[in-house]
Amino acid sequence: MELHDVWFVLIAFLWTGYFFLEGFDFGIGVLTKLLARDRTERRVLINTIGPVWDGNEVWLLSAGGATFAAFPDWYATLFSGFYLPLLLILVCLIVRGVAFEYRAKRPEENWQRNWEHAIFWTSLLPAVVWGVAFANIVHGVRIDAHKEYVGTLGDLLHPYALLGGLVTLALFTFHGTVFAALKTVGDIRVRARKLALVLGPVTAVLAAGFLVWTQADSGNGKSLVALVVAVAALVGAVGAIGRRREGWSFALSGLTVAAVVAMYFLTLFPNVMPSSLNEQWNLTVTNASSTPYTLKIMTWGAGITAPIVLLYQGWTYWVFRKRIGTQHIADSASH
Amino acid sequence: MELALAPETLARWQFGITTVYHFLFVPLTISLAALTAGLQTAWVRTENPKYLTATKFWGKLFLINIAMGVVTGIVQEFQFGMNWSDYSRFVGDVFGAPLAFEALIAFFFESTFIGLWIFGWDKLPKRIHLACIWMVSIGTILSAYFILAANSWMQHPVGYRLNKKSGRAELTDFWAVLTQNTALTQFFHTMTAAFLVGGAFMVGIAAFHLARKKHIPVMRTSLRLGLVTVVIAGLLTAVSGDTLGKVMFKQQPMKMAAAEALWDGQAPAPFSVFAYGDVQKGHNTVELEIPGLLSFLANDNFSSYVPGINDVNKAEQEKYGPGDYRPNIPVAYWGFRWMIGFGMASFSLGLLGLWLTRRRFLLPQRLRTGEDEVPHLVLFRNKALSPKFARWYWLTALWTLLFPLIANSWGWIFTETGRQPWVVYGVLRTSDAVSPHTSQTEVLISMITFTLLYAVLAVIEVRLLVKYVKAGPPELTDDDLDPPTRIGGDRTDADRPMAFSY
Repeated sequence: MELHDVWFVLIAFLWTGYFFLEGFDFGIGVLTKLLARDRTERRVLINTIGPVWDGNEVWLLSAGGATFAAFPDWYATLFSGFYLPLLLILVCLIVRGVAFEYRAKRPEENWQRNWEHAIFWTSLLPAVVWGVAFANIVHGVRIDAHKEYVGTLGDLLHPYALLGGLVTLALFTFHGTVFAALKTVGDIRVRARKLALVLGPVTAVLAAGFLVWTQADSGNGKSLVALVVAVAALVGAVGAIGRRREGWSFALSGLTVAAVVAMYFLTLFPNVMPSSLNEQWNLTVTNASSTPYTLKIMTWGAGITAPIVLLYQGWTYWVFRKRIGTQHIADSASH
Repeated sequence: MELALAPETLARWQFGITTVYHFLFVPLTISLAALTAGLQTAWVRTENPKYLTATKFWGKLFLINIAMGVVTGIVQEFQFGMNWSDYSRFVGDVFGAPLAFEALIAFFFESTFIGLWIFGWDKLPKRIHLACIWMVSIGTILSAYFILAANSWMQHPVGYRLNKKSGRAELTDFWAVLTQNTALTQFFHTMTAAFLVGGAFMVGIAAFHLARKKHIPVMRTSLRLGLVTVVIAGLLTAVSGDTLGKVMFKQQPMKMAAAEALWDGQAPAPFSVFAYGDVQKGHNTVELEIPGLLSFLANDNFSSYVPGINDVNKAEQEKYGPGDYRPNIPVAYWGFRWMIGFGMASFSLGLLGLWLTRRRFLLPQRLRTGEDEVPHLVLFRNKALSPKFARWYWLTALWTLLFPLIANSWGWIFTETGRQPWVVYGVLRTSDAVSPHTSQTEVLISMITFTLLYAVLAVIEVRLLVKYVKAGPPELTDDDLDPPTRIGGDRTDADRPMAFSY
């Protein structure tokens, strides 16, 4: 296996980590309006991801940095091409991070409500936009002979991509609902389970439709396997939550997220960003990658650091493994 | 196209605005992480609750600050690709590696362990909880090192070759990129300057409370820690600045000539205190100088030759072809002066404060103060300052907290604009680095969006800081003083509220 292939897999891994972890973060954000009935319940939800959301988000920065280092042309074409969607995501991530940290810093009702609105919208929008962006990457966009994106914003908003956005939103919300059922106790846990049983089938139908479309559009033998795994895991996740097996359900909804990302990347390979104008102009793992020397250094670096990151992030989840409920939220609105 | 609104100009403004804004929070984060960790260490070792109170107080301000540091940093990770795609293609092979390492090593460290520190007060034993804040501190410093190595490569590219066929820079020696003298001196200078910021921040806020005779034991300790930090960091900033200056004179003579508005080479060369000149004609009309000092700063002797702006411009035209290789001279000249001026001022005021509040050391018995008294301000041997002068000192000390921030910003503005018209010195011009297909409208939209968003957040952030500074340190509870001894917490009461919740 060539080093640029290794890095294709590693970047796929980083995106999988990002969507697996930030998937339920975004879901929790959406649930603050969908599931929580009052302020205390919203705080319960927010605090299920309190100690970990920041570490989860760094997976995105790592994916970005790794793409810059391993496939500079991919990084340049993707982020200069998808300019305004990325701007929207960045604005959301800025406001969202500040919202988590500042929401409880003042006792005023208005102050807290505004940040809660912010948490909802800045969780919902990136979930949609990432879906639209990845659907476009897989589908192919207008890239010219100089590896430049020459399309417009409107070119990115076709039905297939919009369905992709809807699917990620549904999937992340379902993933978040299952996570909420796993991490809370009391009334909110019961309602989270019920909501998951409604969201699950809807998500399954949308996801199956979108993935079959993807398979027909640009799939191959391997991506078909990922498709089957994704749909089966999603059905399994709904079945498990119906039997009150929250741990299993969460593992399976996570597997669904991973299988969807895997399907994207299996569909892409050996391209990283296909051109819809001319196949000769596709960005591939060979024509967009860095030199073998850089890739070798990066491989050593990632090979050593990534397992350590997994260990201590896993430890964090273990430290904060206790379920929380409304009784665990201190009354004082301010800190 | 109107040059003032060309995508290149807008992209430069956007990068400048977002970076300067980001760097308001960075030095405070780096230094407050370490200082808070130090205070918590003092608590764990001595069990004196004063240190725990101080840890909680500075820790809270640290968290309000780091939240902004983190979110403004996210933008930078992607801005290279968005606005500077040709740059990214050209340097990705070299520049991407330190950036990726920064994320993999430092960002994960910081973000994970800060979560453990914020939420772990009632979940982790004392020493493990303490280790978490030290991990955060190490993360912030590692992160600075990697990003400065990347920036230093743009100032002075090493360890690469130009591939004519692919038209890009290719990494040949990563070790050289990480250990070149530009990277090491920039790192040293940035770190010391960051601690100057944190020290002055502590001094200013401690002075605010001491002037009102509030929270005296905690604020006395903080004042002392802050003053010592300011003096040591200030001294090291000057030393590292001198070292960095000598490196710059060799690597980027144009930047240093511009910093001194030295138009024509001289031996010995004078240090300019004040100058007013005509950029078009290339000379100064008003000058106030210290003879020979510039030669000393550049080469360690008072009579050596230092090339001027006009000489370097001519030399670069011969080397790289026709063009104007001069940066914006007034910005470089005044940026350099503001940096040194505000840095020196904060150091001097720190030194003065350390002398005024000296304890046992050279102080007669009757002027010594106890732990719960506001220290006397003693200028000469036997007499404390009058209340009027004392008030003036505390007020000055409060406002001093802004000085190092101003100095840090101008230092970076000088470093970055002094390198123009190059984005990678001597290799790639800024005008060849922008994204070719990103429209004027797109860049304008993002520039306005970020500027407005950042402005709003700045107001919110400063008001929160002021609120929590004024409120002073929190009262400790029994739970605070009695942390768990097992991971996950000791207490069996399942319905006990969390020690911290958002």
